[in-house]
Amino acid sequence: MKSFGGFVIKEFNHIFRDRRTMLVLFGIPVAQLLIFGYVVTNEFRNFRIAIFDMSQDEVTRELTGKILSSGYFILDESLTSTDGIDEAFKKGHIKEVVIFGQGFGKRLEKEGLATVQVIADASDANTANLLVNYTNGIIQDFAIRYRPAPAHPPAIRIEERMIYNAELKGVYMFVPGTMALILMLVSAMMTSISIAREKEMGTLEVLLISPLKPYHIIAGKVIPYVVLSFINAVVILLLGFFVFGMPVRGSLALLLSESLLFISLALSLGIFISTLAGTQQVAMFISMFALMLPTLLLSGFIFPVENMPLILQWISALMPPKYFITIIKDIMLKGSGLEFVWEETLILAGMTLLFIFLSVRRFKTRFV
Amino acid sequence: MHRILFIIQKEFIQIFRDRTMLPIIFLVPLIQMIILVYAATLEMKSIDMVIVDQDHSPLSRELRGKFEGSPFFRLRGVAESMALAERELHSDRADIILNIPADFEEAMVRNESSGVQLLISAINATAAGLTQAYSRRIIMAFIQEHMPQGSETVALPHISVESSFWYNPELDYKIYMLPGILVILVTIIGAFLTALNIVREKEKGTIEQINVTPVRKYQFITGKLVPFWIIAMLELAFGLSLGRLLFQIPVEGSLWVLFGFTAVYLLVALGIGLLISTMAGTQQQVMFIIFFFMLTFILMSGIFTPVESMPDWAHAVNIINPFAYFMRVIRMLLLKGSGFWEISKEFFSLLVYGSIMLGLAVWRYQKTT
Amino acid sequence: MDSIEQVIRARDLTKRFDSFTANDRLSFDVYRGEIFGFLGANGAGKTTAIRILCGLSKPTSGEVSVAGYDVYHQTEQIKEHIGYMSQRFSLYEDLTVGENFRFYAGIYGLPVRTIRPRMDEMLRSLGIGHLKGQLIASLPLGWKQKLAFSVAVFHKPSIVFLDEPTGGVDPITRRQFWELIYEAARGGITVFVTTHYMDEAEYCDRVSIMVDGRIETIGPPAFLKEKHQAASMEQVFLKLARKRQNEREPQ
Repeated sequence: MKSFGGFVIKEFNHIFRDRRTMLVLFGIPVAQLLIFGYVVTNEFRNFRIAIFDMSQDEVTRELTGKILSSGYFILDESLTSTDGIDEAFKKGHIKEVVIFGQGFGKRLEKEGLATVQVIADASDANTANLLVNYTNGIIQDFAIRYRPAPAHPPAIRIEERMIYNAELKGVYMFVPGTMALILMLVSAMMTSISIAREKEMGTLEVLLISPLKPYHIIAGKVIPYVVLSFINAVVILLLGFFVFGMPVRGSLALLLSESLLFISLALSLGIFISTLAGTQQVAMFISMFALMLPTLLLSGFIFPVENMPLILQWISALMPPKYFITIIKDIMLKGSGLEFVWEETLILAGMTLLFIFLSVRRFKTRFV
Repeated sequence: MHRILFIIQKEFIQIFRDRTMLPIIFLVPLIQMIILVYAATLEMKSIDMVIVDQDHSPLSRELRGKFEGSPFFRLRGVAESMALAERELHSDRADIILNIPADFEEAMVRNESSGVQLLISAINATAAGLTQAYSRRIIMAFIQEHMPQGSETVALPHISVESSFWYNPELDYKIYMLPGILVILVTIIGAFLTALNIVREKEKGTIEQINVTPVRKYQFITGKLVPFWIIAMLELAFGLSLGRLLFQIPVEGSLWVLFGFTAVYLLVALGIGLLISTMAGTQQQVMFIIFFFMLTFILMSGIFTPVESMPDWAHAVNIINPFAYFMRVIRMLLLKGSGFWEISKEFFSLLVYGSIMLGLAVWRYQKTT
Repeated sequence: MDSIEQVIRARDLTKRFDSFTANDRLSFDVYRGEIFGFLGANGAGKTTAIRILCGLSKPTSGEVSVAGYDVYHQTEQIKEHIGYMSQRFSLYEDLTVGENFRFYAGIYGLPVRTIRPRMDEMLRSLGIGHLKGQLIASLPLGWKQKLAFSVAVFHKPSIVFLDEPTGGVDPITRRQFWELIYEAARGGITVFVTTHYMDEAEYCDRVSIMVDGRIETIGPPAFLKEKHQAASMEQVFLKLARKRQNEREPQ
């Protein structure tokens, strides 16, 4: 047991002495949260547009003012002919062109109907869709105010309530997602690479002929990463809470235990990958393409799973982070207890056991 | 020149001899591309909805029908009470609840006040925003349609908005994502392989043997750069052909300009990879440093969310973010058919950037310590 | 001594890493065509010194020249004239024998048309012409070492540096390796070899013995044995090591 303790300490030193890796390990969660919190937002603003005003009357000037003062749009250029539209889009600065036809104000007054043409750069389909909606909203709003007060107010109101996240903060999605991603990164990727490294350098064989038992070796490699991952998880939670006001409505103890469960799962996956890979490069690419990208893309972290084709939904069901993210979201935002997340918890536990079993089998056939 | 060719030849032999790396270089990214294009979609197609219909009137049923007929919504059921419906929301089986009040039809017919309620689970704020927009549109249209006859709306001044979507009239999200995914693939393959390569020689000790030869630093760096540059270019060609075959991705602009731009872009991406590898000691370090930058840079590049809405500091960071340049340019070239002049600013910026990175890599690579 | 004959000249070569002094004022000369043995225990500072002589690292102080070039400023010229075989054996495991030769010869700037005939001749003289297409990884260690040596002298350098070239192989293979060294020396290549096998010291023209970063003694093996009244180089070394230890711990 004494030699085992020494071995664990050696592994700790190994990791903590490497300042660059440490910096990255703790830099990633912080940078990620900041990026998700502030950069990858769903608040749309400051889009550049071009306006082609053939009418140049009081009404179009007023409407232009309304559009530009909304905060969504900035005037990039005023066009003088429709020929310039394609060119303006191709320069790549503007996302939308608003066109007022000839005699806009006069027609609105006399005929009671005038038309605004809105052309959006739909190479970014979603943004285009939203921009057209916003523009439409501003114009309709203007039209209502422009007309005399109606005799009857609109009869049916639509009352909306956003629950769990009333302020529509994007970070509520990203704190759980970032946790899953970082824990995967630190636990699975680091472990698999670190074991593959020992293999590549031939030092694993040295360890295997030492009096240490194989499971001691694996445990020794893994324990430092458990500690690291756990610290990372706590850092993310603290950042989420203090910087972004992400609530923890459910039990903190449950939240931390679920995190530990997910860490074990990620580690067992990491060990499993290292039994497959002979070199660090291969371990890295497997981790990268089989773990990281799916965590980012198939777990519902950025893109809702329900919108994907059925096959991808099935694949997604095999992705451990999907369940972890669901658990975390439910505990933190909905305040759910174990009675709501027991199914997901069971799935994670089952996956952990499966990967441990598979690794042990592969490890035995290779080395014993 | 002679010496550089020998290095290039050696690298190619090593790359093609490695039975695990070759499939990783070509096959895995392509599988990824296909998956990602389908996965990375913000198109809302099946918003799970629960309706609480307290009115049970023909009109309320008609409104229900509108949602059932919409491609965006999937009706999960009709709940008897709000409490039951909220349970569905709580257990993730529903994304939105529509509550039709008991006086709905009456109010509609008599043009009296009433309110329909929408309860939206907003954990994913983006999805919630879109859900709100879609449901609102359906209800508004429904109310408009059933406006009591003879009301004055028709006589009032009205501004109609005619919208048209250029370059992608069907609002196909895939066409938008695919170029972005190509950028990521080309960069990951190029930068990672280059960066890992030199560090691997460090770990194996073979770099010592090279350092005692009279090979010049620039010759060595060039010899390491060229093979991966070629592979990354092939990766782009391969990915693009596949995108064309499977997803009919448009190629509006000139392919010459695209490949010319990629050539310059790769100098930056690979230059950064080389620079990192001259500074790092182990492959593990390299992977983490690159991984960190990649993740940050990819998310800030505007692949998922428009760059315009990002805060000023993000714009400042994007000056050194190669992804941001390429992400913008590849979409302009493929989807809009922009010409060289429209991307010349980015082209020359990257040319300068690439030269600096490669210069730094040559300078940082030390044959003598 | 004629200065043209001197291919390595070191005066007070010192290398410090932080507070640790790896090489402490080393002074020695190596003459053209000789086999110079650089002896010492593991960690005595042999590899540090050889790396400085090869231009891989710079000394902290002292005056050192190799092949007439200064190790501070003319490392690249030095590299034109030397060959090097490191103890962490440095052929590419995933390349074949022939590919390794072609690559190293190529980056030394040898023209393509000389590479092939010279390689074939070299492999034939080693008796392994048939192994040209074999991956290095598939060869036994002894062969790898011989090939690494052949690669190091392939471009006909004036000096070849060998850092622990025979670690981990049996005495017969080591003997065969030394045959190769003799042959190179006969061809006019100066050989600078580090080792901690004292029996190998007997094969050298001259040896220096390093203990704790300092050169304790230098001269032909026969001379050293006589000077220190020892039957073998092994004993010479042990005597010097003990003497040094006594100096450090006066009790």
